[in-house]
Order: sequence, then C-alpha cells, then structure tokens
Amino acid sequence: MTPLLQVENIAKFYGARIGCADVSFDLYPGEVMGIVGESGSGKSTLLNCLAGHLVPDRGAVRFDTRTGGLRNTVTMSEPERRMLGRTDWAFVHQHARDGLRMNVSAGGNVGERLMAVNARHYAEIRTQAIDWLGRVEIMADRIDDRPTAFSGGMQQRLQIARNLVTGPRLVFMDEPTGGLDVSVQARLLDLLRGLVREMRLSAIIVTHDLAVVRLLADRLMVMKDGHVVETGLTDQVLDDPQHAYTQLLVSSVLQV
Amino acid sequence: MIVVENVSKSFVLHNQGAATIPVMKGASLRVAAGECLALTGASGAGKSTLMRMIYGNYLTSSGSIMVGDVDVARAAPREIITLRRHTLGYVSQFLRVVPRVSTLDVVAEPLLATGTSRADAVQTARDLLTRLNIPERLWTLSPTTFSGGEQQRVNIARGFAYPYPALLLDEPTASLDPVNRATVLAMVNEAKARGAAIIGIFHDHAAREAICDRQLDMTRYTPGLAA
Repeated sequence: MTPLLQVENIAKFYGARIGCADVSFDLYPGEVMGIVGESGSGKSTLLNCLAGHLVPDRGAVRFDTRTGGLRNTVTMSEPERRMLGRTDWAFVHQHARDGLRMNVSAGGNVGERLMAVNARHYAEIRTQAIDWLGRVEIMADRIDDRPTAFSGGMQQRLQIARNLVTGPRLVFMDEPTGGLDVSVQARLLDLLRGLVREMRLSAIIVTHDLAVVRLLADRLMVMKDGHVVETGLTDQVLDDPQHAYTQLLVSSVLQV
Repeated sequence: MIVVENVSKSFVLHNQGAATIPVMKGASLRVAAGECLALTGASGAGKSTLMRMIYGNYLTSSGSIMVGDVDVARAAPREIITLRRHTLGYVSQFLRVVPRVSTLDVVAEPLLATGTSRADAVQTARDLLTRLNIPERLWTLSPTTFSGGEQQRVNIARGFAYPYPALLLDEPTASLDPVNRATVLAMVNEAKARGAAIIGIFHDHAAREAICDRQLDMTRYTPGLAA
C-alpha cells in the first residue's frame, strides 16, 4: 500500500533555534496520528511544514496525489500546493476565527469551500451547507447568521464543517479542542470521533491533551525540543512509555 | 496460533532514579487453535504483563511473539491495529470505554469495525447482552456507570462479538455470580469449539478446570521469584 503522506527528515530552524528537526514518518490512508508535546516542542511548526504553511529548511513531504502519485509538496509550485490545500487537505485551527471568515454567514463559510472546488449551482451548495451544518449540530435556522454570533464551541464545529464539506483526504488539526470548556470539548470530540470513522479520514492531530489522542489517534508521536523522542501505537505509548519525557508527561495527568 | 519465544521485559523508570525493574525473562509458550492455556502464578508473576505484551499494549524487550503470521514484538502500529481488528481479541480485567457511548454500541463496535452491517452488528450485540443478563433498559446507557459485575459482562460481550481466531482473557469470571459465570464458561468453550486459540488468567480453580487444557506457571519466568 502507498502511504498517503511520506515525511522525510523535515527540519525547520528559526535562526539558530531549532523549530523541529529530523522528523520522518509515513501516514497510511485511514490512519489518525497524534502529535503530543509541551508548548515550544515544535509540534505546531511541524504541522505547518506538513500542511504547506511553512517552508521547511530541509527534507521532503511527499503526498499521494490523485493523478501524479507521490509528489514532494515542498518543491511543487505554489499554485499546485494551494490547489491541494483546497481539494485534498483540510486544516482545522485552534482558534476558529483563524479558519473562518468572520463576516460571512455560516452557510457562506461552508459554501465558499465548495465554490473553490468549482461547485456552481446555488441551490445545491445551500443544500449541502445545510446538510453539513446539521452534521456538526448547528440548526438550519442559523445558516444566515455570521460566526461572530456563535459561541466558541459552535464556531469550532462550523470550522470543521467548512473543512470537511469538500471530502478532503487528509485533515490537519492544531489543538482542535484547545480553549473550549470541558463539556463543549466532550461534544466536539464525540463529533470528531464519529466523522473520522464514518468518513475514514486520515488525520494528523496536534494537541497537548493526552485524553484527546487516546480517544482519536491510532498512533502517537511525542516531541520535545523540536525532536521526536518516541513513537508507537497510542495505547502502547501511553501505557508503557519508554522515554523519560513521555513517562513524565503520562504521570503528570491527574486521574479524575 | 500463538507462539511466544524467549521473551523478556523490563520497565525502566526514568523519573524514579532510572530504576530498572526486570519483570520477565525467557518466557515461552505455544497455543494451538481450539486450545486453552491458563497462566498461573502469584500476583506480580507477570501474567497480565505477558497478555499485554501479546496484545501489543506493552513493548517486548527481547524475543518474539507470533500471533498468526505477525510478530507483535516487531510489528508496526498499523499491523497491530489490523491484527487486533481481525485476529486477536482481548477481554481486559476492567472495562475501558469512551464515555457517552451506549452499551449496545460498545458491544457492536468490533463488528462494525470489521464491516458487518449495522443491523447485524446490533442484533448480535442484543443477543449477547441478553445471554449475559444485562437488563434491556440499560442498553442505551453508557456502561461507565454500571456496577462492577455488569461492566465485566459488557466487556465480555464486546470481546466475544467478533469470532477472533485468538483470544486473551484476563480474569473474565472474577466478579460474576454463579449463573453468569456458567454462561461465560460456556461461551469460552464454544469459542474453543469453533477453533479459537485462548490464553486466560483465572483465579477461580473450578473455572480453570472447566475450560483449560493446560496450565503454565509464570513464576518460573519471573526474575527474583523463580525457585
């Protein structure tokens, strides 16, 4: 089987400081990988390099494109990379406002992504938008409201609808539940878990919340100071951590 | 079906003075299809640890663990996920589920994950829950609030929903009343009859006598405990 994403020796420096270095892994279709680590460990830098938002200083990110097989997204042209960003990838930001257009209606936010991949029929776009709002538990009567009128949890669900409506093959998520209170987090996680399984999504989720990865991720990568210190099956890394830092991380979680 | 050869395991606790705790050395066993092997030995002998190693939940320091044609000690995460989905079932001592998911869905999940239709999966789940005496009014609730015995029976229903060719059972009868214990023992015997290779931990003598073909005392592989 061809991996969907093949990451080879990615490194990104901020001046002399290491953002992330020597990161390599393969992600296969249908796999969900979690990346955990404390703030400053390089996990968001890595995610942004993978999603084409940052240009890595070294290494290759090969994506299995629909027409050309594995292609290095680091060296492909900007328009090609942008096209992948619209058709094959999705990026869920921690702050919904970074991923939404705040002065466009909820329906418009979802519809815009469809139009970007050449949907033109207004009624169909609106029907699909309503369908997706329903799937993320936003009432159809809120379709014409702007996200500014939504709560934080609703904004995050809207961002997810906007990202998934075009049926992406790979979803990048940066702290998707960060900053939400726990009951809202729980609902969002249930929603994500359902969508991941139903749509057989491949995803890379960056988070510092071990409960989130236990729930969503098949595999886990632990980062510290820009380097990967441990990888493995999620339950194995959490139940039998090998590296000193992972052991500290796991033992730091309070049992409720 | 399951062949464990010369495996050892130690835990290194980096944050507690880098203490190294060897817990297993040179363990070997082999279980054929249709056979049930009981692991015995006192607490701390490494029975559950070996089970977790076979399931890929704990890493194996050295040696090999073949389940079918996969060496769990060396397999990539996605190979272990496939193995767990189609070949190797595990009934742990304690039920660990996602909160807010209904009992019926918890039990049906292994079938849904292997492509059984929703209707068939739910029907099998209903049959199992009925057989294990979980009252129907509880089926739509999450098992997280159930009593210990009820949780254990939900766990067993989930473990037996899909006909795995290999099964690991960690004290499946520990907190059950005699009626339910008899049901579980009958289910284990049925699994053996259809050809499942089973490794089990049973503290209950009678249960062990009723279903196990052989016993293996894990104490002989425990460093510091071996006589």
